[in-house]
Amino acid sequence: MVLSHAASDSDVSVHSTFASRYVRTSLPRFKMPENSIPKEAAYQIINDELMLDGNPRLNLASFVTTWMEPECDKLIMASINKNYVDMDEYPVTTELQNRCVNMIAHLFNAPLGETETAVGVGTVGSSEAIMLAGLAFKRKWQNKRKAEGKPFDKPNIVTGANVQVCWEKFARYFEVELKEVKLSEGYYVMDPEQAVEMVDENTICVAAILGSTLNGEFEDVKLLNDLLVLKNKETGWDTPIHVDAASGGFIAPFLYPELEWDFRLPLVKSINVSGHKYGLVYAGIGWVVWRNKEDLPEELIFHINYLGADQPTFTLNFSKGSSQVIAQYYQLIRLGHEGYRNVMENCRENMIVLREGLEKTGRFNIVSKEEGVPLVAFSLKDSSSHTEFEISDMLRRYGWIVPAYTMPPNAQHITVLRVVIREDFSRTLAERLVIDIEKVMRELDELPSRVIHKISLEEEKSEANGDNLMVTVKKTDMEKQREIINGWKKFVSDRKKTNGIC
Amino acid sequence: MVLSRTTTESNEPVSSTFGSRYALTALPKYEIGESSIPKDAAYQIIKDELMLDGNPRLNLASFVTTWMEPECDKLIMDSINKNYVDMDEYPVTTELQNRCVNMIARLFNAPLGDTETAMGVGTVGSSEAIMLAGLAFKRNWQNKRKAEGKTYDKPNIVTGANVQVCWEKFARYFEVELKEIKLSEGYYVMDDPEKAVEMVDENTICVAAILGSTLTGEFEDVKRLNDLLVKKNDATGWNTPIHVDAASGGFIAPFIYPELEWDFRLPLVKSINVSGHKYGLVYAGIGWVVWRTQHDLPDELIFHINYLGADQPTFTLNFSMGSSQIIAQYYQLIRLGFEGYKNVMENCRENMLVLKEGIEKTERFNIVSKDVGVPLVAFSLKGQSFHSEFEISEMLRRFGWIVPAYTMPADAEHITVLRVVIREDFSRTLAERLVADILKVLHELDTLPSKISRKMGAEDFGNVKGKKVKREKLMEVIVGWRKFVKDRKKMNGVC
Repeated sequence: MVLSHAASDSDVSVHSTFASRYVRTSLPRFKMPENSIPKEAAYQIINDELMLDGNPRLNLASFVTTWMEPECDKLIMASINKNYVDMDEYPVTTELQNRCVNMIAHLFNAPLGETETAVGVGTVGSSEAIMLAGLAFKRKWQNKRKAEGKPFDKPNIVTGANVQVCWEKFARYFEVELKEVKLSEGYYVMDPEQAVEMVDENTICVAAILGSTLNGEFEDVKLLNDLLVLKNKETGWDTPIHVDAASGGFIAPFLYPELEWDFRLPLVKSINVSGHKYGLVYAGIGWVVWRNKEDLPEELIFHINYLGADQPTFTLNFSKGSSQVIAQYYQLIRLGHEGYRNVMENCRENMIVLREGLEKTGRFNIVSKEEGVPLVAFSLKDSSSHTEFEISDMLRRYGWIVPAYTMPPNAQHITVLRVVIREDFSRTLAERLVIDIEKVMRELDELPSRVIHKISLEEEKSEANGDNLMVTVKKTDMEKQREIINGWKKFVSDRKKTNGIC
Repeated sequence: MVLSRTTTESNEPVSSTFGSRYALTALPKYEIGESSIPKDAAYQIIKDELMLDGNPRLNLASFVTTWMEPECDKLIMDSINKNYVDMDEYPVTTELQNRCVNMIARLFNAPLGDTETAMGVGTVGSSEAIMLAGLAFKRNWQNKRKAEGKTYDKPNIVTGANVQVCWEKFARYFEVELKEIKLSEGYYVMDDPEKAVEMVDENTICVAAILGSTLTGEFEDVKRLNDLLVKKNDATGWNTPIHVDAASGGFIAPFIYPELEWDFRLPLVKSINVSGHKYGLVYAGIGWVVWRTQHDLPDELIFHINYLGADQPTFTLNFSMGSSQIIAQYYQLIRLGFEGYKNVMENCRENMLVLKEGIEKTERFNIVSKDVGVPLVAFSLKGQSFHSEFEISEMLRRFGWIVPAYTMPADAEHITVLRVVIREDFSRTLAERLVADILKVLHELDTLPSKISRKMGAEDFGNVKGKKVKREKLMEVIVGWRKFVKDRKKMNGVC
């Protein structure tokens, strides 16, 4: 007699996804599982867990693009299996990269002849771009010092304390000293005069930022250039400038074309820009361009003979997907000057709407300027009973991700909330955000104070006089609060690094 | 009187894509155009141009994955707009990366407790992974030398000349000297770990062994290297460690050669890198590096990020990058599991044997690759021939196949090989078809006159019909080819 078998566990194709045993077993987290599971189960399990990630489009902390047209999505998916580095096999993709480099170099007014090809490369992001630019400066400077018979073991770079973390990485990994110009309250970018003062014979370059991550401001590159030209004349050191235009590079040429910050200034030798910020492409693409061939030492370039023609490459990464390069080219030809200008103007308009909405509440100081990257950085007028961090936490309940930061030295006592206006942040969303912020303020007003915000030394001294204490407490409670303040101080300065978003 | 107007250029939506003026205008190549163009036009134009790229699945030169299941494609598209570095905003994605690191570390037998977290990170590829590993070695070595009061300005790394170009990049960009062991005919991997150990000196920050050479797919004898180096370390007290570049082999050896000791089971191996986008079976853009223990990664290189209270150490060169590949890697690890990867690798090996036997049957080739190693077939023409492997490679392109030809690095530059990499999506049918097409190509070539003599050794000149004058011409041509192939070799140094 043949035993009949009903559909059992083994007939996995029969079970609907959530009826199968796979949603009951817990997946191993530390070790690869022994057996395979059906693809539908794998897909569902991962998809479900990812539901608990934030919604990228409501992530107002990030400058990085979170929406592209469906046509572009199609192109991206179609090229997802192309390894960008196979120049031999994918000559068209390589050509598209070259065209992007040339277009961007021209956008930045690189001094090129009609058919002269630009010097530049596509990277995974501004971090890689900055490391390549820094490497070029370091090597050039070393060669110059060797030729002069001087020591070349202590290179340094001068920049503002508002630099993004990738400069600190570059300094640490490539053994270059980082000389930071400290900020001060009310002045959150690098002061060109102080910067030029810090330049010495070991300085490989001065890095200016077009679009500070903290408040979106454009640094005065022209003033820096003019001061540095004067200093170079006296010292003969020939110190060059690098402009970190990660955010600003795709904004300034369209909204502020008369602003001189790029290769129009003679000391600017290289510029990096993030394609995945206002270049309007998904995460994973950056560009670096050099003024001309001399600014990129030959010895750093690996030469590849691309079917007879010489293809120089200079990147840290090798294999990577081609999708973002193709997407960047799509945007450049799809939008053109006109399109990018329209997008940036819309962003600026929406930024003003949000800014005015916040000012109307009467509770906030606006820290960001109107000129610069379209973002709104604001802090509480009165932060004695509640902090910006609480506002940030409460906004999350509504779905918004709005980060709170403290400024770097010497303005650590200032905390700001920052909303970045990206292409896909429409006016409707701006108005909704203002409404939700008002709701949060009302809720907070009803809650008791958790911690006292002011933490600068002067205020601690005058605590004894009770000047700045809004909450009436006894002396032992005051000590308790000081502990809490120190605890918060440590927490926020650690958190600052968390939110050092590119 | 009102002039009637017919539909003009301004009525863009009316024109069909190829009827519109955009199919006529030449796109600017050096400058951004003034005006926008409709998205359908942009899409079509770019798509059409890309038709002239090679077909990724017929690209037999590359180890990098060219096919994934549709379910995974869905996950990839869904997460394409997530910036991986926003750990605060995307905690689950960050968690998935950590799980992958732990799974891979345990796959490599890292000495970890059951719930101990592994030390490692996801990167954009093995290049970044190798640079991070190299940086760690360099810093560890510098700290050690400083503590001993010795000079630390001339670090070097010992490796075979068969290393992939990213090691040369690391050396050049991070100012470390590269001490390469030259190859010799018949021995295309880091020769004799003995030579390697001999080259180790007090300035050596590590010895790099390759599990799965790009040239022939061979696995280097890491165990032997370890044993010899242990002895030398005992003698010198230098404590030189080993790094294993398992870019290809890392996802092969544990599944089909589990008894092969090459990973953290060997005490001197301190870090390993593997490409998720090779036999990790994920699209281009993901690599992994794992360290043996926390001590092998100097704390000063790590940037600490407080992830909602918990400490999240990060150590990468790149910052913002897409999350898709990380999620895809996790998908593969749980979807396939040990069993699934084993099946895929066994299939690859089977198909490799089918191809190898098919090529052997033609009796025109020597097989240069071994059976044990990365599933690929590297072969060169037998005996003297009037044709070169480069011609075969070019002619195969006409059939749609991309099969690269390479010369070996120093000191075996006179050997040229054709190489076919067997990936997951290279089925037996394709293998048999390739053999058929290779035979066709050979027939064609046999009917063509010789373009160049392959052998570059002086003895063989007598075999070429010609007078002395012709011999000099031949020499010129040979030297010209030699330079050309040498330059071309770098081009085809695929990861």
